[in-house]
Amino acid sequence: MQSSSLSDARSPLLLGLGLVAGSGLLLGSLLLGILLGAADIDATTVWQAIFQFDGSTEHLIIRTVRLPRALLAVVVGAALAVAGTITQGLTRNPLAAPDILGINVGASLAMVLAIFLGSDSRNYVWFAFGGAAIAAVTVYWLGSTGRQGLTPLKLVIAGAALTALLHSLTTAVLLLSQQTLEEIRFWLAGSLAGQELADLWPVLPYIALGLAGSLALGRQLTLMSLGEDVAQGLGLQTAGVKIAAAVVVVLLAGSAVALAGPIGFVGLVVPHIIRIGVGMDYRWILPYAMLVGGILLSVADIAARLVIRPQELPVGIMTALIGAPFFIYLARSRIKR
Amino acid sequence: MHPSKPWRSVRLQRFPISFRVDQRVTGVLAILIGVASLALVVNVSRGEYPVPLWAVVKTIFGLPTTSDYAFVVNTLRLPRALIALLVGMGLATAGTILQGLTRNPLAAPGIIGINSGASLVAVAFIVLWPGLPVGWLPLAAFVGALLAAIAIYLLAWNQGSSPVRLILVGVGLTALTGACTTLMITFGNIYDVSQALVWLTGSVYGRSWANFWPLLPWMLLFLPLALILARDLDTLNLGDGLAQGLGNRVEWTRSLLLLCTAALSGSAVATAGTIGFVGLMAPHLARQLVGPSHAGLIPVAALTGACIVELADLVGRLLFAPIELPCGIITAVIGAPYFLWLLYRNA
Repeated sequence: MQSSSLSDARSPLLLGLGLVAGSGLLLGSLLLGILLGAADIDATTVWQAIFQFDGSTEHLIIRTVRLPRALLAVVVGAALAVAGTITQGLTRNPLAAPDILGINVGASLAMVLAIFLGSDSRNYVWFAFGGAAIAAVTVYWLGSTGRQGLTPLKLVIAGAALTALLHSLTTAVLLLSQQTLEEIRFWLAGSLAGQELADLWPVLPYIALGLAGSLALGRQLTLMSLGEDVAQGLGLQTAGVKIAAAVVVVLLAGSAVALAGPIGFVGLVVPHIIRIGVGMDYRWILPYAMLVGGILLSVADIAARLVIRPQELPVGIMTALIGAPFFIYLARSRIKR
Repeated sequence: MHPSKPWRSVRLQRFPISFRVDQRVTGVLAILIGVASLALVVNVSRGEYPVPLWAVVKTIFGLPTTSDYAFVVNTLRLPRALIALLVGMGLATAGTILQGLTRNPLAAPGIIGINSGASLVAVAFIVLWPGLPVGWLPLAAFVGALLAAIAIYLLAWNQGSSPVRLILVGVGLTALTGACTTLMITFGNIYDVSQALVWLTGSVYGRSWANFWPLLPWMLLFLPLALILARDLDTLNLGDGLAQGLGNRVEWTRSLLLLCTAALSGSAVATAGTIGFVGLMAPHLARQLVGPSHAGLIPVAALTGACIVELADLVGRLLFAPIELPCGIITAVIGAPYFLWLLYRNA
């Protein structure tokens, strides 16, 4: 039994080379994100702006607009992808992701409340964590009550209902305050625009912590993905792993929402892309998730900036337009009953 | 000695029609009609300019009262209250059909994407053509609901439509249409956007006879159709194989029922926006009152839905008066815990 799954695994050398190539692609999309935009700026100027800053308009654009945005895309993409990967592994559910399960909406409702209540912007991220945590616990509790325990369908339906509720509460808050609506509506669609490096730094440690935590959980998640009974039989403390993984998901999803609003479907799509080539070992899946998530969101953001130039789409709409059909495809092909 | 039957057969002499009347259903219907009428009268009487209950009743029946009362009741408040009733009926019936169709007690038009399809097209109208008369909105939303229903049906139709896949495809479709709606909201003029937001949350605020008349034909056509299809829905509930064995053209009936759902929820959403959880709650409450047979369930659920929306509107108006909360928020706040309870109990 064990040997068949081992023979299925790709060779470590190949997977390692893949990671190097992926890093190259990530760097490439990062540079492309800096290079492309509303104003035409050539590559040499970009290079000079980063390494020989002279304060000209082009250099300012690169340093204050493009660079933060490209970095943000990579960081947020990685966080969302890893959060989605862990959620899918933990619940053994191909349709699970923080946005499908209502975790992102929980975080964004908390953010809207924070802005409505006039909280200090440094506290926003804590509101996001709180909202994400409450939503995650609620949806897990809802999905796993009853005789059959955690079933994929119940979890997804509970997530959909929770999303509907939290969404309508968000709308209620926005109705009560036109000012909050004006301040937040672009962010609420999921957007990387208008963020500065200064916004990124305070949140970065939490994302780093979450990503590191996910890597540390790789072995346990591989066992969990075989089924909770198997994992327990192999001597895993499943309750502890679940809690640790949930904390990581909340950290990553909460930070991502605090930075860029509820960007959907990155966490859903990325694990499926990875599983095609990487296999079932989460020690490899997770680093790949970071790379692919970063690349995906960078490319989506570049596309969102270019399709209706000089205006731009919120990147969350871009990912939803790609991801929602993918979700429908998954539902059609994976659910046979 | 004959045991007392809970139902009575009715056979018409002249026409080849016979049907059973469940006596419990008749009683429950009478009570619900009473509750709905009372809620309507109270809703009309309360407001910035209070009208005594008795004066409301007299005005509605056209008996002479002061002209002030007549204006406030007939022109300002009655159309709104009547629309709340109709919308509640439409949403509840759509939900009942959908739950029967998917054999899933947690399905509702709001969850499988029919309502959001309707919203998308309507919001597109509000934002892209702000000058367009309101009269066009219902038609647009109906088209949206119909397209969403067709899309769900076609996408979920994979070697015979499966209940589970139907719901998941609906969830995906909700996300897709939601993204497009957000797109509209992001780019619209801020004034149009807050208009659209009020409408999206589900509200009967400011509705007049001009909104009432376009809604009425939909309800008059499709509520009776739903009742006629009730028996087929019962057979479908036994499972596709058994329903086919009983002579039911399964796919045809299902299409017709889905059309019914789209028409009812589409026209309701067109008039009052997406009032959530009514289509989920009403069928369950009705099932507890009269049991699972759809012939009794559909009318009882429809009236339950009417009561829910009417009362939600009343509460929304009174809670933070003079600020009005859209009744969609009230139903969501009540409906979500109810949903939690359902999930806990059904699982």
